[in-house]
Amino acid sequence: MEHSFIDYITGQAMLPPRGSEFAGEVDLVFIGIYWLSIILFLAITIPTVYFAWRYKFKAGRVTPHQTHNTTLEIMWSVGPLIICVGLFFWGLDGWMKYAVAPGDSMEVVVTGKQWLWQFEYPDGSRTVNDLHVPINKPVKLTMTSEDVLHDLFVPDMRVKVDVIPGRYSMIWFTPNVLGPHTFTCAEYCGKDHSGMKGTLTVESDADFAKFMATGGTEWEEYRDRNDWAGWGKLQYERKGCNSCHSVDGTSSKGPTWKGLFSKNESFTDGSTGIADAKYLEQSMLQPNAKVVKGFEPIMPTFQGLLRNHEIKGLQAYIESLK
Amino acid sequence: MSTTTPELHTHGGHEEGHNPYHQHHFATMEQQFDTAKIGIWSFLATEVLMFGGLFVGYGISQGKYPAEFVEAHAHLDWMMGALNTIVLLVSSWTMVMAVDAAKTNQRAKLKMYLLFTIACAFIFLIVKYFEYEHKWHEDLMPFKYYGTGETGIRPGDLMPGSHGYATFFSFYFMMTGLHGFHIIVGIVLLAWLYVKAGRDRFSSAYYTPVDLVGLYWHIVDMIWIYLFPLYYLIS
Amino acid sequence: MEPVLHSAPQVGHHPAPGKHYLNENTSLWDWITTVDHKRIGLMYLVGSLFFFMIGGLLALLLRLVLLTPQHTLFGITVDAEGYNRLFTLHGAIMVFLFIIPSIPGSLTNFVLPLMLGAKDVAFPKLNLASFYIYVVGAIMAVSSIYFGAIDTGWTFYTPYSSSSSSTSVAMMTMSVFVLGFSSILTGLNFVATVHKLRAPGMGWFDMPLFVWGMYSTAVIQILATPVLAITLVLLAIEKTFHIGIFDPKYGGDPVLFQHFFWFYSHPAVYIMILPGMAIISELIPTFSKKTIFGYRAIAYSSVSLALVSFIVWGHHMFVAGQSQLATVVFSALTFLVAIPSGVKVFNWLTTMYKGNIVLASPMLYALAFLILFAIGGLTGIFLGTLSTDIHLTDTYFVVAHFHYVMMGSTVTAFIGGLHYWWPKMTGRMYNEKLAKIAAVLWFIGFNATFLPQFIMGSQGMPRRYYNYLDQFQPFHAFSTFGSWIIGFSLFMTLAYLLASLRKPCDAPDDPWGGSTLEWRTSSPPITHNFHDQPVLEREPYDYRPGQSGRETH
Repeated sequence: MEHSFIDYITGQAMLPPRGSEFAGEVDLVFIGIYWLSIILFLAITIPTVYFAWRYKFKAGRVTPHQTHNTTLEIMWSVGPLIICVGLFFWGLDGWMKYAVAPGDSMEVVVTGKQWLWQFEYPDGSRTVNDLHVPINKPVKLTMTSEDVLHDLFVPDMRVKVDVIPGRYSMIWFTPNVLGPHTFTCAEYCGKDHSGMKGTLTVESDADFAKFMATGGTEWEEYRDRNDWAGWGKLQYERKGCNSCHSVDGTSSKGPTWKGLFSKNESFTDGSTGIADAKYLEQSMLQPNAKVVKGFEPIMPTFQGLLRNHEIKGLQAYIESLK
Repeated sequence: MSTTTPELHTHGGHEEGHNPYHQHHFATMEQQFDTAKIGIWSFLATEVLMFGGLFVGYGISQGKYPAEFVEAHAHLDWMMGALNTIVLLVSSWTMVMAVDAAKTNQRAKLKMYLLFTIACAFIFLIVKYFEYEHKWHEDLMPFKYYGTGETGIRPGDLMPGSHGYATFFSFYFMMTGLHGFHIIVGIVLLAWLYVKAGRDRFSSAYYTPVDLVGLYWHIVDMIWIYLFPLYYLIS
Repeated sequence: MEPVLHSAPQVGHHPAPGKHYLNENTSLWDWITTVDHKRIGLMYLVGSLFFFMIGGLLALLLRLVLLTPQHTLFGITVDAEGYNRLFTLHGAIMVFLFIIPSIPGSLTNFVLPLMLGAKDVAFPKLNLASFYIYVVGAIMAVSSIYFGAIDTGWTFYTPYSSSSSSTSVAMMTMSVFVLGFSSILTGLNFVATVHKLRAPGMGWFDMPLFVWGMYSTAVIQILATPVLAITLVLLAIEKTFHIGIFDPKYGGDPVLFQHFFWFYSHPAVYIMILPGMAIISELIPTFSKKTIFGYRAIAYSSVSLALVSFIVWGHHMFVAGQSQLATVVFSALTFLVAIPSGVKVFNWLTTMYKGNIVLASPMLYALAFLILFAIGGLTGIFLGTLSTDIHLTDTYFVVAHFHYVMMGSTVTAFIGGLHYWWPKMTGRMYNEKLAKIAAVLWFIGFNATFLPQFIMGSQGMPRRYYNYLDQFQPFHAFSTFGSWIIGFSLFMTLAYLLASLRKPCDAPDDPWGGSTLEWRTSSPPITHNFHDQPVLEREPYDYRPGQSGRETH
């Protein structure tokens, strides 16, 4: 988004777009402190520069012997104290809202792991790095981690919280702006920390219902174009396949997909086989049944994470990578 | 020029009758002694805070696994712990007597009490050794090695319930181990004092090392006084 | 070009001494076994400047990697793992090997005994031991690079550090453990020195404010560092044996690690900033030729900052899973920090009011400090306030904020102090004109580097990110260009400071008209500091005519 110079002066440009009412409240506090800071900054900087200029060294000038002034000391101790007490309560107000989710929230269970986010909806269906929610309904994310600390950060909603192994943490928001918002991981978690992000799609009730049924309106577009490989490529990015499988021939945590289709592979159990569509499906759903020689059995299962048409798309995408 | 007093000369340190332990940057022996005291107290403050960290960690973990901690503590032999407590209390007393002997120029008594203190420290370690060995045989080890022997639990498949036990023994070995290390350091220091006392280095004019090691020894004892109920007597 | 120097009459009775601490007993053996606080201070200075350079070069490299989203420098691509190691090393080296030991180890070691009119610190041998412990810690830190470096971030958060990272976490944490002991022993030495080795006639409220600041710092070093020490031992053991104290897989609690870590590392922020404030409290009255305003208020504010620093660690953990009550309490307590900080700033400003201000290079750094510290402190309000912190924590906003405090404030003060005491330490004046240019470049470069990071952060760019969205590219580019200005100004500073060493000793005893005791001995001082034991008869910073005690008799 483009910001005018005025936006930088007012502090608006400092902030990302707002996606909820709560975001507006946080921004109000932010802008308030921003202006307070500007005033205090000038109150410090102007005298600094002015005194340095006004009382610049002159030979023979005698400086007064001012040791202290109790009234002044009290003023500049108590003044900031009052401001600080005010700010504390202003910030506390927002915090209280952040800390308690409304009872009628839609609950999505979130699992963070290196380096993807998995979302489980109330009906048990799951997505990876792709969160869909209906507009104007409170959503509560109940989160835990499978390995190290993560932190789900949705800038447009002005919320984040650490995701901790062995514990549950929670954030909630009521989105009121349609469309995509990004979310990221904000607690350092290793190699692909910066890749651990995805899209929060806020949609109308009807679109959300459709998404829950089929995986969304997008799918229909691809189906109508008969672009299975394109649909697969989208899944490749969205489901986190790209964090371990390359498509350009370089070897990563998992085998590259380039030239994989119909290749004769040898497995760690000593057997060999052709990487056909059936094998690929098995690899997605029971990844550790046949592990390609030279790789670790580290891939998580995508059982329940991939709808049938998504598997078909991925097969088509791999086939297209000659 | 009003900023100097000619009486206090920098280089004029080593006049006749000067205490050989007097360092040049102190004006008087008394100042030197007081400075050493401030130093050792500051150091002991760091010791207390270091153990303090462990105590707080223990407290928080106990809050998390109260039942497991109570059950686990039953594996500790409170008789042994009590015996060690008495041994250390006695050693604290002998240490006080040693400092007193140094202050009053009683060299033979100083050596004797130092020896008593060292003996107590060794008794403590021997008792501790038997306790550790017992835990070893019972597989009550900290770390992932908890229950790795006959009990049939293997590392890696720790049951959720066994977490609290392993944590209890982790803290037990960490804290008593660190304390034991301090006892060993104490023995080295006491032995060093003993050798120096043998060469007649201490007198009422100079007994700072005895005094400082004494303070160190009391803190080490005191930490045990807190460790004992924490591990052996919780319920 | 300035009426800068020699504005006060010079003390004439200590002409540049033939024998001084630098040219007496100059064999290598004499240097490495020295117990002279001045020589140990110099050795610390060389050590910490060396690591400042290493940490700085890493920072320049980091900024270069972030210049474009492609991360390609001259055809070499830095991958994510390399980037993670870079920022971790940058942080760990800057914090543990440079900022924490720099001002206490180098400048304070050198000037604190002089300011007190003492012949040495309380425990000279311990002082040397603490230097060698620093060296051992530094060698361990450097060797950890050889063993695979470390990629956990300087905060070593569990369970990433204890079970996920395959890098040499144990080596690095043990290095920090060792460095911690060096820091404790230095602090302990200063506390004893301040208590017992003050010159005759110098009461607590006659001490220079630098001493007050360093005394407060020393208290934190003594009380906070042992907690970090034991925490890092536990972490190293957790990493090696999985003892189940911090790692949830074995029944531990990762949030407990953060509590322990910040219980030290928040006070450690004050181990870093208080010495900076201490230096500024010297520079401002000296170059304003006016007594410090609110001496007691500044002294008490140092001590109260030290105390408050122990009860605010939880503000690093508002979204980290501590109890909600704790979060609210920590936020309230955090605001207390604003008061003593504000007291200091306002007192410094009032000191300048109606002064006779000499804009020499150390004073330029002091002015830069006032402005940069204002930004650093005020942006702290955003982070202490609960609702805005939720959004801003763990973003570049935090990165920018703590760089303004640690680098913009502390390092600025350190460089200012280095210029201020350079003539005393080396006996040489440096090129003042170049020094002023470097100071201005430093100020410009610093703001150019870190102001854009505030904007990136509040717009939602998380910290420790290898890849970033294209929308942040202009800010990153601006920041990178700024870092080049910083780099240039620092190398310039290094060059003219080193160049000054080629001259014979030319510094007068008191080139700036300072009123504290270190200026009453020769430059450089003789081995035993003072020809005659100085006795204090006036309050410090007394610039009334006829009161300065500087007239030759």
